[in-house]
Amino acid sequence: MSGKRVVYLDNNATTMVAPEVVDAMMPFFTEKYGNPSSMHTFGGEVEEYVETARRQVAALLGASPEEILFTSCGTESDSTAVLSALRAYPEKRHIVTSNVEHPAIKSLAENLEVFTGRRYRVTALPVDRDGMIDLAEYERALTDDTAIVSVMWANNETGNIYPVEKMAAIAKARGILFHTDAVQAVGKVAINLAELDIDYLSMSGHKLHAPKGVGVLYVRKGTPFVPFMAGGHQEGGRRGGTENVASIIGLGKACELAATHIREENTRVKAMRDRLEEGLLASIPKSMRNGSKEHRLPNTTNISFEYIEGEAILLHMNLYGICASSGSACTSGSLEPSHVLRAMGVPYTAAHGSVRFSLSTYNTEEDIDYVLARMPGIIDTLRQLSPFWEKEEAAVS
Amino acid sequence: MWEYTEKVQQHFLQPQNVGEIDSPSGVGDVGSLACGDALRLTLKIDENEVITDAKFKTFGCASAIASSSVLTEMIKGMTVDEAARITNDDIAQALGGLPREKMHCSVMGHEALEAAIADYRGVPLPTANGNVICECFGVTDIEIKRAVTESSLRTVEEVTNYTKAGGGCGKCAGRITEVLHAALNETHVIPVVPMPAKKMTTLQKIRKIEEVLEREVRPSLKKDGGGIELVDVDGDFVTVSMRGVCGNCASSQTTIKEFVEKKLQEFVLETLVVEEEK
Repeated sequence: MSGKRVVYLDNNATTMVAPEVVDAMMPFFTEKYGNPSSMHTFGGEVEEYVETARRQVAALLGASPEEILFTSCGTESDSTAVLSALRAYPEKRHIVTSNVEHPAIKSLAENLEVFTGRRYRVTALPVDRDGMIDLAEYERALTDDTAIVSVMWANNETGNIYPVEKMAAIAKARGILFHTDAVQAVGKVAINLAELDIDYLSMSGHKLHAPKGVGVLYVRKGTPFVPFMAGGHQEGGRRGGTENVASIIGLGKACELAATHIREENTRVKAMRDRLEEGLLASIPKSMRNGSKEHRLPNTTNISFEYIEGEAILLHMNLYGICASSGSACTSGSLEPSHVLRAMGVPYTAAHGSVRFSLSTYNTEEDIDYVLARMPGIIDTLRQLSPFWEKEEAAVS
Repeated sequence: MWEYTEKVQQHFLQPQNVGEIDSPSGVGDVGSLACGDALRLTLKIDENEVITDAKFKTFGCASAIASSSVLTEMIKGMTVDEAARITNDDIAQALGGLPREKMHCSVMGHEALEAAIADYRGVPLPTANGNVICECFGVTDIEIKRAVTESSLRTVEEVTNYTKAGGGCGKCAGRITEVLHAALNETHVIPVVPMPAKKMTTLQKIRKIEEVLEREVRPSLKKDGGGIELVDVDGDFVTVSMRGVCGNCASSQTTIKEFVEKKLQEFVLETLVVEEEK
């Protein structure tokens, strides 16, 4: 792979750590390696930097610093929030979520009995063909027994953005806690939690050019909270464990950069994404977009190439150094294609051949040219192998 | 990312014998679009029953394409009888092995070969008359049974890896277990299927605890002028209240732990913990 061109269009999987972020982190490995909990100045002074990072995160989210908890990842934040609400209201035995959640919430919702020792009724809201949730159906799902709603801000596979602002307000009016997994949204859409009714919000560092292994849970002031793991006094006793100092500093810096990135994501990146999408749909027959055209992250496009299989497409792209993801069965390690595409009713002919391209501000117009020049050939090569293609080809031409 | 051997990558990136033979001697069509993989194998067979040409078209992942490609290479030049003896493991081995979860790709190649040979000979497929066990992928009991015997499978998970049965909604896991057991019994091998311990419901626990208190505990306490009442059962925690003289007895804690708890553990459930109501 070395020396070969890499076009990285898999930013919903993980992102490059920004050079500014790396620079900000380095001193905390080498010179300022102390433990923020220490009594000596050498360690103790590190705490000030952690608090600066906390303010940087809070500023990006429109929150107060004391509402920001540092965790190890988005998944930990999700589990902490949902289980916290359930522990706070043990008598309520119903939760509402959606059919298209990330495994961090999907798997938790399916296994609540394992984690709480209690049985829960779970309403997973269905989505339409575009992947959107019906708000009236959402309202009908809420009951007096509902402890918490957890619906993602933006979907990792399609980029679909959900109306969590409205949904949180509806939940609040019913006295129900609201959590959102905003791992894909933070850094791409503007968020101002001070004006919203969201009680818990999860985010992850490595999706916005900070390193892997650091996440955040926002807990609105006055919201019930029960720690997820027992431990020391760190994070005000709400999340024990020695702080991942360097990564926290990096996340703070990344949040500062994100304020600028958001503008670029919604202009330059969005334009590149649209050019890629339109170019692929125009040059490749029997291809289609999955997800909403309008209510969508600016960096994501999910396209199905019918009659061929996603893993085979990705491996051919890999030869050219093009990195993306697929919702096909063979890439998921299971035998069924992506639960998100199936929830949307994407036909099997298309779900197996889906490819998700996700851009970042580090992509260039040349990247898009490179991909547009190579995809039609890749798709055609594989279709020549497909027993279903001949008939379709005859019908197309 | 999957760990594919050099051989798999070779056959995937430069597949051999792609296409369809005009007026073939035998055709094998297996899989479907819904299943995520499908294969059409066409054979040319001469008057001496030698396979002179084989071509394939495959919809599927890298290992499905590689399995099809290597299969066509293997059978070219073989007699039909020789080709009929090829197993899915032979196909996987020719590729230098496949990831466990991808074994069904070699099985698909094997099934297509079998179907093409049956088509050539004009006989029905041996697996055609089975009962469908897995609705999602249309896998029959005969196919499962054969995979179990041929590849020495021991668990439901292995059956899924080889045949895809149970890999969709998973509702057929129980029926797969039955077929697995039946097949293993025929081959006289003891199955390795973990049996989950049967859990008592709270109601069953309460009834049993009451029964044991009445039979094993109360008669002894009564002799001393005491008694005991069951207050609550929460999981393994049993709360009781001591009555009569036992209620004021300084050693009631010892009675509960050494006598009541031991009896309940012996006759009801080993994990029970008995506590006095506060």
